Amino acid sequence: MTTKELKERSIIYRKKILQYIMKANAGHTGGSLSCTDILNVLYNEVLNVSPQNFSSNDRDRYIQSKGHCVEALFVVLADKGFFPEEDLNTLCQYKSHYIGHPTKKVKGVEQNTGALGHGLPIAVGTALAAKMDKKSFRVFTLMGDGELPEGSNWEAALSAAHYKLDNLCAIIDKNSLQITAATADVMNTDPLDQKFRSFGWAVKEINGNDVDALKDAFAGLPFEKGKPSVIIAHTVKGKGVSFMENQLKWHHGVPDKNQYETAQNELDKALSEI
Amino acid sequence: MAEQINTHTYKPNLEIFSETLQRLALTDRNIVAVTSDSRGSGKLVPFGKKFPEQMVEVGIAEQNLVGVAAGLASCGKKVFAVSPACFLTARALEQIKNDVAYSDNRVNIIGISAGVSYGALGSTHHSLHDYAALRAINNIMVVAPADNFETEQAIELAAKADQPVYLRFGKKPMPPLKEINNDGFAFGKGRVILEGSDVAIIATGETVYPALQAAGKLKQQGITATVISMHTIKPLDTALLRSVAEKCKAVITVEEHSVYGGLGEACASYLLQNRITKPFRIIGIPDEYTITGSQQNIFDHYGINEKGIAEVALSLLK
Repeated sequence: MTTKELKERSIIYRKKILQYIMKANAGHTGGSLSCTDILNVLYNEVLNVSPQNFSSNDRDRYIQSKGHCVEALFVVLADKGFFPEEDLNTLCQYKSHYIGHPTKKVKGVEQNTGALGHGLPIAVGTALAAKMDKKSFRVFTLMGDGELPEGSNWEAALSAAHYKLDNLCAIIDKNSLQITAATADVMNTDPLDQKFRSFGWAVKEINGNDVDALKDAFAGLPFEKGKPSVIIAHTVKGKGVSFMENQLKWHHGVPDKNQYETAQNELDKALSEI
Repeated sequence: MAEQINTHTYKPNLEIFSETLQRLALTDRNIVAVTSDSRGSGKLVPFGKKFPEQMVEVGIAEQNLVGVAAGLASCGKKVFAVSPACFLTARALEQIKNDVAYSDNRVNIIGISAGVSYGALGSTHHSLHDYAALRAINNIMVVAPADNFETEQAIELAAKADQPVYLRFGKKPMPPLKEINNDGFAFGKGRVILEGSDVAIIATGETVYPALQAAGKLKQQGITATVISMHTIKPLDTALLRSVAEKCKAVITVEEHSVYGGLGEACASYLLQNRITKPFRIIGIPDEYTITGSQQNIFDHYGINEKGIAEVALSLLK
């Protein structure tokens, strides 16, 4: 895809994320909007995964550790043809498989997530299996910066470097806000690059809302042979909607009718200006 | 009879686990053992030497142990995640619940040195909560083999199970228990070790043998006991439970676990909800600061032995 096409796609995804959060009257709005560009570039440019090859053992694996931002994942999976988009009208409804966190009941989802600090250990095991079987598929996991204090992440980070898993890429959606306050104030994890380097990872820091920067970063994988890679993606929580950007209350805020219309109008305007 | 069995000629179930896993790995390169600095205590040093490509060490990091195991299983590996039961089912409980059971990654969670096997090391090293915790989690079987035969069978079946399995055993040599009907071994199907009509003693894991000893003692007083090895605590063999409870005048359960939430309460729940009310007692570890000592000291202290079980039977039959 061209840069223009990718940018358009990101805005269309953001519009749909808001549409289905509005319909469900629930969702993690801010974080879904911060990681939209990451998912867009992954599914449209990077991952060797499709509805057709999803049962193949050779597909790339994407594990969403920050499971609460499932609305972004569902919108992208629907766009890639894993299921009809109208299914998302049942989001969070009684008996729907489309619940507030990823589950394997939905085609395209690799692992049931939602509890934080689980994605990276599973991704390490998956990448190890690829190495054992000499398979060339790659493993990606998207983590939030707010989930990094979970100790399991650091257990997994050690083992990824120990086993030289250069087929593994972790992306940190560093939007710098979490439910209580700024991540740096809740539990400071900076300097993240140094932490991961000292754990034996190869690190790249980029603007995680810039599709070109994301494309370039993924194209450079692995950043070093014999090391797992981490992309520290600096993003804006609530990205794309002016009154949601960097505002704590949109962590899982749902817009009212007026806010929703304002947001959609802003996104339409941005789309027309690309 | 039970008292003639010399326990020194039999192996710990732990060793049988290791031997069975090595035998399976010889012909199946998808068998993988994952350890958390536990290959020595899991008797897996020979496995690691013979099959270095099929062993993953994660260091002392149980949460990562289970997460990594889930990832491996998702790619078709037949994974045995091996660590002391006390750490595995407490520290990594959320990983067992979400990454294994909820995500249906078919990992075999192997809890070694379970119950009070690490007797004198204290409560940090005891697992008296694991049946209770795992029974309340959907999509995982809970199994405690009693002897070498059950252990070998359980490991073989776990390697091809279509559901995650939690298996736990201790490290003391376990004498063989001969089944009456020779029906073989299947998860969810208890084994009848002895048949009698006065009292049903339903035991699991390493407490089946003392239950059998108690039955021998009762026989000297003219009381006949049915002894069941209820190796699978979940799913419970309710058909067998019903039949022995209906046949006998009293029911006793025995387990190396808290009296809360384990085999005993599982049986009580089924019996009461199905209107089968007989004099009933749960023998296990009471809800208190656990006494210190060897595994046998602790068993003796809480009456998980020939004398204690027989006394409970006599009191129920009064």
